[in-house]
Amino acid sequence: MIRVQGLEKSYGDLAVLRGVDLDVAPGSIVALLGSNGAGKTTVLKILATLLKADAGTATIGGFDVATRPADVRETISLTGQFAAVDENLSGRENLVLVARLRHLKDAVAVADDLLARFDLTDAGARRVATYSGGMRRRLDIAMSLIGDPPVIFLDEPTTGLDPQSRQEVWTTVEALAERGTTILLTTQYLDEAERLADRIAILHGGRIIADGTLAELKRLFPPATVEYVEKQPTLEEIFLAIIGEAA
Amino acid sequence: MSTHSLNHTIADTTVLTGRSVRHITRSLDTIITTAVMPVAIMVLFVYVFGGAIDTGDAASVDYMLPGILLITIASGVTYTAVRLFTDMQSGIFERFQSMPVARSAALWAHVLTSLLANAVSLVIVVAVAVLMGFRTGAGPLAWLAVAGILALFTLGLTWLAVNAGLSAKSVDGASAFAYPLMFLPFISSAFVPTETMPAPVQAFAEHQPVTPIVNTIRSLFEQQPVGTDGWVAVAWCVAILVLAYALATATYRRKTA
Ligand SMILES: Nc1ncnc2c1ncn2[C@@H]1O[C@H](COP(=O)(O)OP(=O)(O)OP(=O)(O)O)[C@@H](O)[C@H]1O
Ligand SMILES: [Mg+2]
Repeated sequence: MIRVQGLEKSYGDLAVLRGVDLDVAPGSIVALLGSNGAGKTTVLKILATLLKADAGTATIGGFDVATRPADVRETISLTGQFAAVDENLSGRENLVLVARLRHLKDAVAVADDLLARFDLTDAGARRVATYSGGMRRRLDIAMSLIGDPPVIFLDEPTTGLDPQSRQEVWTTVEALAERGTTILLTTQYLDEAERLADRIAILHGGRIIADGTLAELKRLFPPATVEYVEKQPTLEEIFLAIIGEAA
Repeated sequence: MSTHSLNHTIADTTVLTGRSVRHITRSLDTIITTAVMPVAIMVLFVYVFGGAIDTGDAASVDYMLPGILLITIASGVTYTAVRLFTDMQSGIFERFQSMPVARSAALWAHVLTSLLANAVSLVIVVAVAVLMGFRTGAGPLAWLAVAGILALFTLGLTWLAVNAGLSAKSVDGASAFAYPLMFLPFISSAFVPTETMPAPVQAFAEHQPVTPIVNTIRSLFEQQPVGTDGWVAVAWCVAILVLAYALATATYRRKTA
C-alpha cells in the first residue's frame, strides 16, 4: 500500500533522510520509531504531499507522491505532530468543515457521530480555544478519520494524552486496522509500538536500520546473557541496542 | 481546468470563505477597530485642522472622505495578513493541503473574506461621515463607480496582504507591511491640495497611486468629470493587483511545495 524507496531529504546542509526504504502492507499497522530529530515527521510530510523529497520515490496505493499528489490526497489522511484544528470554531464546526471539504453529503451527521465516538459530545458546541490538550488531540484525530481514507498517517498520536485517552486512541487505531485501513504511525512510546504495530521500523542516521515484527527484532537482539531470572528483552532494550550498534 | 475541478474549486472556496467569515463574526472588534482609526483621523482633520486647510468650496468632510476610505482599506487588509499568518502557523493550512482541497481555495477564501470585511468597514465609515455632514448628489452610477474602484483597490491591497501573511515570521511582521500604505494618503491629494507642497514632495504625491484614486472618487462624489485621473487610478489598481497576485501565487507555490 505504501512503498518508499531511497528517499532522501536535506534541509540546507542538514541531510535528514539518506535513503529511506519502507513498505507498508495493506491493512497493517507500521510504527516508525526514532529519536528526536531522526526525521519521522519529515517522512510523513513527504508521504502526505506537504514536502518534496530530494531523491527517491514514494507511492501510496500505486500513486507516486511527486507526480500524482491529487490522487494521493484522495487516499490519505494526516494527523500531524501538532494538532491542526481551528481554534475559533467549535469542535462540531471543525468536523463539519472537514466533512464539507471532503464533499460528504451528511456533514452534520458525520460530525455528531465522531463527537460521540471521541467523547466530545458535551464539548462539541464550545470553541476549541477552550479545549484541553487531550481534547484537542482527540478532535484532531477525529478530523482525520472523516471520509474513511484507506491510508492514515499518525504523527505521535498519543503524545500528551492521559492513559485513558491513550487507550481510547489505541482502540480506535486497532478498529481502523480491522476495517482494512493501512496505518503508518510514529511514536516515542515503545509500549505503544509494541501494542499496536504489526511491524516496527527504526529510523536512525537517515535510514531504516531495522524493520520487522517485534519477534524478528527480538531475534536481532544479542541472546540474553545468563541471568538468575530469564527475561525477555523489552522493545526499549532492543531499540537502544540497535541504535547503539549503528552509532 | 475541467468543469469538474472548477466546480470543486468553487465549492471548496465557498466552504473556506464561510469559515473565515465566521472568524470575523466571532470577533466583530476587528471590523470596528478597522473603522475606528480612519474615523478618528476624519474627526481630527474635519474638526481640528479643517479650518486651517484650504479645501476650496467643498465642505471639509466631503473633501477628506475619499482619503479616509483608502486609509480604512489599508488598515483593514492587515487583518487579512494576520488571519492568513495564523492559519499557516496553526497547521490548519497543512491539513487542508494534505486533503483533496483545491489549492487556490485556501487563498481565495481569505481574499473574498477581506473584500467582505472591508466593505462592511467602509459602510461604517461612510455612515459616520454622513452623520458629520457628508453630502453628495452622486447618482447610482457614480456610487457604483466609487464602489468599483474601492473594490479594485481593496483587491490589490489584499493580495499584498497575502504576500505579507505568507512570508511573515511573526504576527507583527504580518501586519507591518500596511503602515507605509496607511501613510501614503498623507502625502497625496487626500487632505491638502498637492500644489501647496514643496516641489519634491509634490512630485512624489502626484505620481503615487493614492492621488489619482482620491481625485477620481472626489470627482465622482462632486459629479464632476473624472478625466484622465480615472484611467490612471484604474491602471494603478490593476498594476498593484497583477504584481501582488503573481508574487503571492509564486510564494504560495514555493511554500507549499
Ligand atoms: N523546515 C525545516 N527547516 C530546517 N530543518 C528542519 C525543518 N524541519 C525539520 N528540520 C530538521 O530536520 C530534522 C528532522 O526533523 P523531524 O521533525 O522530521 O524529526 P522527528 O523525527 O519528527 O523528531 P521529533 O521526534 O522531535 O518529532 C531535525 O534535525 C530538524 O531540526
Ligand atoms: Mg516529529
